[in-house]
Amino acid sequence: MTENKLPLRASLAASVSRTAAALSRATGRGDGSVIGGRLGMMIDPDLLAHLAAGRRIALVSGTNGKTTTTRFTAAAVGVLGDVATNSFGANMPTGHTSALARAGATPYAVLEVDEHYLAQVLRATTPLVVALLNLSRDQLDRAKEVAMMAQLWRDALADHPDVHVVANADDPMVVYAAAAHAASGEGKVTWFSAGQRWREDAHVCPACGAHIERDETDADAWRCATGDLARPAPQWTVDESAVIDPEGVRHEVKLQLPGKVNVGNAATALAVAHRFGVSPADAAPKLAEVASVAGRYAQVDRDGRNIRLLLAKNPASWLEAFDMAEEQPTLLSINARDPDGFDTSWLFDVDFAPLRGRQVLITGDRAYDLAVRLQVNDVPFTHVKSFDEAVAAVPPGRLEVIANYTAFQDIRAELDRVV
Amino acid sequence: MSSALQIVWVYPDLLSTYGDRGNMLILAHRAKLRGIPVDTLEVRSDQALPYGDIYLIGGGEDGPQALAAQRLAADRGLHRAVDRRAVVFAVCAGYQLLGNSFFAKGAKCDGLGLLDLHSDRGPTRAVGELAGDIDPALGLPMLTGFENHGGRTHLGPEVKPLAKVRAGIGNDGATEGAWSGTVIGTYSHGPALSRNPALADLLLRWATGEESLAAPDDTWHTRLRGERLGAVGLV
Ligand SMILES: [Zn+2]
Repeated sequence: MTENKLPLRASLAASVSRTAAALSRATGRGDGSVIGGRLGMMIDPDLLAHLAAGRRIALVSGTNGKTTTTRFTAAAVGVLGDVATNSFGANMPTGHTSALARAGATPYAVLEVDEHYLAQVLRATTPLVVALLNLSRDQLDRAKEVAMMAQLWRDALADHPDVHVVANADDPMVVYAAAAHAASGEGKVTWFSAGQRWREDAHVCPACGAHIERDETDADAWRCATGDLARPAPQWTVDESAVIDPEGVRHEVKLQLPGKVNVGNAATALAVAHRFGVSPADAAPKLAEVASVAGRYAQVDRDGRNIRLLLAKNPASWLEAFDMAEEQPTLLSINARDPDGFDTSWLFDVDFAPLRGRQVLITGDRAYDLAVRLQVNDVPFTHVKSFDEAVAAVPPGRLEVIANYTAFQDIRAELDRVV
Repeated sequence: MSSALQIVWVYPDLLSTYGDRGNMLILAHRAKLRGIPVDTLEVRSDQALPYGDIYLIGGGEDGPQALAAQRLAADRGLHRAVDRRAVVFAVCAGYQLLGNSFFAKGAKCDGLGLLDLHSDRGPTRAVGELAGDIDPALGLPMLTGFENHGGRTHLGPEVKPLAKVRAGIGNDGATEGAWSGTVIGTYSHGPALSRNPALADLLLRWATGEESLAAPDDTWHTRLRGERLGAVGLV
């Protein structure tokens, strides 16, 4: 689609959206994706649908990993041509509008979608594929109950019988969300298995309330104790460093991003790109080019220290961060501002024991909550008042930084908004 | 039966919304600091409640709360525990289901009748910092916590309020929580004991019969309390 084919109002709205975003960036008020999209949508409420028309689109949603998976998927689909994507993590409709307006006419788009907005964005963009990664507890002082989110997803898919779903076979909540869609016809859902480290939100079957039974002999297997819900056989799987496609071919992905969770994100991206006609062999080298994602995993050298930034927003992502971090001095930073949620109770859902034996430093607005948690966890630590103090407190070499959302952004700002 | 202190976490498969494990971890940690051997038991809702010295009940959404109340009513283990003066510490949804009735998914549900109180729906959801002066009979410093609930709780004559509200809502904006004998309920949700180590020690003293426990280094608990009470203008 070229922009001069947009209806006049949509064309004006897209132009205003781009100008506002540019102004916002120029005045240092952020990357502009939200303000630009908001202004555009005020002029044309259907702007997102107009901008989406004519593009082949993939949506990526879930509690964790959606920003990275979106980046991987955009890289993989990029084998075919230009891809519009919301690479700044602005994952609500205003952000999608801004991303599409900014990109101009592209044949493809890959959009990260906040899990609460999936139904709305499905309606507006009529995607070819939607990838469903996982659902777990996140910002409980305002987020919806996990099982309720799964139901909302399920209802949303019921309104879009033609969309192809790529879904995580390891997460009972995701399987429930996609199960009716899978049952509606042959080949409606592609299942992947990327492992699920965090299982505390999947004790109870979202369909019937019975217990989810786990198999002692097969760590990944699960099924409802009384009903039909069970782990589907996955077509795409992973091992430590490779993605295995539905034909059983192993694709070594030499990722720069750490952790097994990112091999799982790569598998999802390859499965989505495959639906667009990209072979995994062509796509895999593109994933290896991704070095960081909106500052996540970025490495910065300062005063002889190599600082690596890891974002961890909720219990599930903390477990993944511990898996990624090397056994090196580690700074943990916790805030509880509006984007983080005001409740720090989740700290007790995370087992910090993997950090024992490392030099641990803590900081952030809510460092005292973390201090009590670590003490109870028998993890020795030192409290520092600033990021600079943390850097000075560790020997030359790697410093792993694990922080929740606004704490991460604060540290990123200290490092000159590293991307 | 072990001679170690038995801490039973009731139904974490249903009632563990956010950090509820913390109360078990904190009690176990503080017992060990005093050289008291501890066993912690996590009991699922399809298992019978075992013998315990301290029972912990956490928060949860409406559906799991109603299911937990049904299963505890059928199990009777918690009733027997209260009869022999075992210690019960319940938060949020767990607190409500100890009463005579509560509301879940728009319907009135039978509680366990272990605390003389009943709960209904309030006009607004109570979300935020909660603080109050604890009943002087318990000899504890100010309560601090975080609440997140849509219920309002009305106390009968057989229970005493745990605290008088100084910030937040608690039961009804005036009182917060309830206690009777060795059973305590509070709207201070999740790991309530992280901000209230003296309350944790009270539960341990009740369970062990010790008159006093050696004072551990509570530097970080104290700083956390100061910060959170400061945030609502109470220091
Ligand atoms: Zn079931």
